[in-house]
Amino acid sequence: MSERPVLEVNDLTVTFKTKYGSAAAVSGVSFALAKGEKLGLVGESGSGKSVTSKSILRLLPSPPAQIRGSIKLDGEELLTKSEQEMCHCRGNRISMIFQEPMVSLNPLYTIGNQLGEVVRLHKKVSRAEADKQVIEMLRTVGIPSPETRLKQYPFELSGGMRQRAMIAMALLCDPEVLIADEPTTALDVTIQAQILDLLKELNRKMGTSIILITHDLGVIASMVDTVAVMYCGHIVEKAPVRQLFHDPLHPYTKGLLNSIPKVGRTEGDLQTIEGAVPSIYNLPAGCAFSNRCGECGRICKEKEPPTLQLEDGRVVKCWKYTPQWGEEGANHE
Amino acid sequence: MKALWRSLKQSKTGMIGLAIVLVVVVCAIFAYQLAPCDPLQQDLMNKLHDPAWTATGTQEHLLGTDQLGRDVLSRLLVGARITLLVALAGTVVGGVVGVVLGCLAGYYGGWVDAVLMRLVDIQLCFPFTLLALFIAAVLGGSLGNVILIAGITSWVRYARLVRGEILSIKESEYIEAIRAEGGSDARIIFRHILPNVISSVIVIATLEMAKIVLMEASLSFLGYGVPVTIPTWGRMLSEARANMVSNPWQCILPGLCITLTVLGVNLLGDWLRDYLDPKLDV
Amino acid sequence: MAKYLAKRLAQSLIAILGITVVVFVILHLTGDPVELMVSPTTSREQMDILRQEMGFNDPLPQQYLRFLKGAVVGDFGTSYYYNEPAMRVVMERVPATLELAVAALAIAVVLGIPAGVLSAVKRNSLSDGVIRVLALLGQCLPAFWLGIMLIMAFSVNLGWLSTGGNSEGWRSLIMPAFTLGLFSAATICRLLRSNMIEVLGKEYIDVARAKGLRGSVVVMKHAFKNAFSSILTMLGMQFASLLGGSVITETVFAWPGIGRLVIQSIQSSDFAVVECIVFLLAVVFVVINFVVDVLYSVINPRVRLQ
Repeated sequence: MSERPVLEVNDLTVTFKTKYGSAAAVSGVSFALAKGEKLGLVGESGSGKSVTSKSILRLLPSPPAQIRGSIKLDGEELLTKSEQEMCHCRGNRISMIFQEPMVSLNPLYTIGNQLGEVVRLHKKVSRAEADKQVIEMLRTVGIPSPETRLKQYPFELSGGMRQRAMIAMALLCDPEVLIADEPTTALDVTIQAQILDLLKELNRKMGTSIILITHDLGVIASMVDTVAVMYCGHIVEKAPVRQLFHDPLHPYTKGLLNSIPKVGRTEGDLQTIEGAVPSIYNLPAGCAFSNRCGECGRICKEKEPPTLQLEDGRVVKCWKYTPQWGEEGANHE
Repeated sequence: MKALWRSLKQSKTGMIGLAIVLVVVVCAIFAYQLAPCDPLQQDLMNKLHDPAWTATGTQEHLLGTDQLGRDVLSRLLVGARITLLVALAGTVVGGVVGVVLGCLAGYYGGWVDAVLMRLVDIQLCFPFTLLALFIAAVLGGSLGNVILIAGITSWVRYARLVRGEILSIKESEYIEAIRAEGGSDARIIFRHILPNVISSVIVIATLEMAKIVLMEASLSFLGYGVPVTIPTWGRMLSEARANMVSNPWQCILPGLCITLTVLGVNLLGDWLRDYLDPKLDV
Repeated sequence: MAKYLAKRLAQSLIAILGITVVVFVILHLTGDPVELMVSPTTSREQMDILRQEMGFNDPLPQQYLRFLKGAVVGDFGTSYYYNEPAMRVVMERVPATLELAVAALAIAVVLGIPAGVLSAVKRNSLSDGVIRVLALLGQCLPAFWLGIMLIMAFSVNLGWLSTGGNSEGWRSLIMPAFTLGLFSAATICRLLRSNMIEVLGKEYIDVARAKGLRGSVVVMKHAFKNAFSSILTMLGMQFASLLGGSVITETVFAWPGIGRLVIQSIQSSDFAVVECIVFLLAVVFVVINFVVDVLYSVINPRVRLQ
């Protein structure tokens, strides 16, 4: 596709300065999102996924966070925009839905007020017109009797409905990108499936590109086109979803996939990845995964691996796929 | 204990609070040793002198003399005693009464609880100062009565806190397990419920102590505190008022002592609250 | 909600009843009221007659009922000091105290609320530090000392304002109102600050920002309303305690209100007036409590709709 990607993140690095020292929560992250594409950002807690997404919207308080790199929306650089210009983008060209629908809506204002707020803010329409659009969007996301919801308060809606309302709120201004940060983690399993279906449907109907952030590989498998796996602030592998699941390259990805319990398997322990995720203030020298990797070589402990662009468009950040791997002394301890 | 001390050293405001409180405590305990003169000694020839650093002051009376020629510094030192005594004793009285009543109400519930809560409501209906004044006027002014008043006006907060904590812990499975093992009521209260509540009680105690210091000073100022013969900061201020124009320092000094003492207790209390239970809703 | 309010109303009435008992009991513990009313030369027989006439020999429950009947209609007997019905004596002075309390509350709100919001929004900055120090000091200054210091500074030394009384309109109101209101301002500031900080950390604030709302709108529309609704109850209580705390301020500034009256009446053992004031203030407290509860349930939709 020669069309310009709708979102381009290049070499994004986010450093935090705290009393414990300086640490990079996100390091050299790069990816591109095409129009209508669904990208999954996978990783454990602390891998930097949420920080990445918040940086795109510039929601991180600027001390203590320092952001370097480039984030382009439709070719426009976001990191140099003023706060006022960013306010114009948020909720309008890029929207975000958050993890906990139970606490994401202000308990003292009605649904109509909070959803209408974003329409009135960005599209400058009257209250009546905003209400109409809100009702329409509530219907689209599958909330029954949307007219009555306008005057209801968040506590009167169930968790699943609140999340649908959040999605409606995010899509009211027809954004180019929707960032969904763990949208189903706090919901019951049955509701999860409904919400994911809804997102897929909206992506199809409205052409909104989606960045889906989650730690749940099962959700990723059914939802997205491309997957980027993050570990300690780096993207360690990026591939189309099928290829990632059938042929993972990075040892971390392999470990993640192995640890999914398989239905029907009746013997053997549950697989885990040995060790624990290191603190970003205390990363091992060389590759961040080196202290837990089963295939770790000597060079892995000494130097950080480069990010490799493979021929089929896949990306992997691992020494194993470099020419130096076969050389004498570089591999196997 | 070590962790407590380390945390205190890290808190600048906590250390300042502690320093102030220690100064007051030392002054109170060693008042008579530190005082250069007898605080009750009148010397009408030398009345209304200003402190040593002003033009008309003398070295003999570092902080000047009052309208009856009594040495201000000595009176301030002895005044610290009353302040400290009332603050500590009042806090203890209020705390004990409040915790006990709160325990009873929370644990036994039923009509005990209902009666207690109505009492709390009723007491909270009285403006604080007015209640203290009312009781002081009725009972008369004496050290014991002032301590009693301090207790009566402060027990309410302890009772409410303890009752609330007990209500929330009472039905927890942890307590049910103990009961299933045969733990008696008293045992449950003392060994399991109270320790959870103690840190909140301590925090309330320090903050109530500051209020008691202010209350005692107010009562003394209005003339209803301890008997006239005992110097207190509040009374010194009320006596100095008449000579406000000619001897401003007489008005400034006792008030400064009260303010600093309350400040010290508050700073210490704030640090204690941050250390023990930052989420405490005081 | 109607059920909740009815329950609160019943509780308030019980509280008022309880207050009458407490007031009655305490005052009658003070000893023989007749002795305090007459001169030392009165003979015992005359005192006995007086006692009988005034009903002090009747059994206590009967005296209490009489007191209660009187309290309900506002009849607390005659102030023997002023030789007028106690209620009238008190009512004459209520406007002055109300004026003072309202002015003090206004000062407390005007100072405390912006300070609390600013302090929370600019947390850990220099302005936050300064505001926190001032708020702390505000809670440590004894009102009577503050009043005296203000008089010394502005009346004695600068001659701008009068030393007392309420004869000069706003110029005599400002110092006592400030003295009375400062403690409240500090309390409001500290509580609002901590509430705002807690609210600003909530997820719906992040969501509001993610919608593209400007920072000031997020703070004022979304954060403040939530933080404020929890201090509303406190504001009501602040007003009530301002009414009660006026005793000290009115004494220092010779303000002709009921605070000063209560001191004078206690000193002269004018029980009718004391009973009247204490009862009145307590009832006012209960009413304020009730009103605040009503307001809170109006603001908080959760309470309203259940």
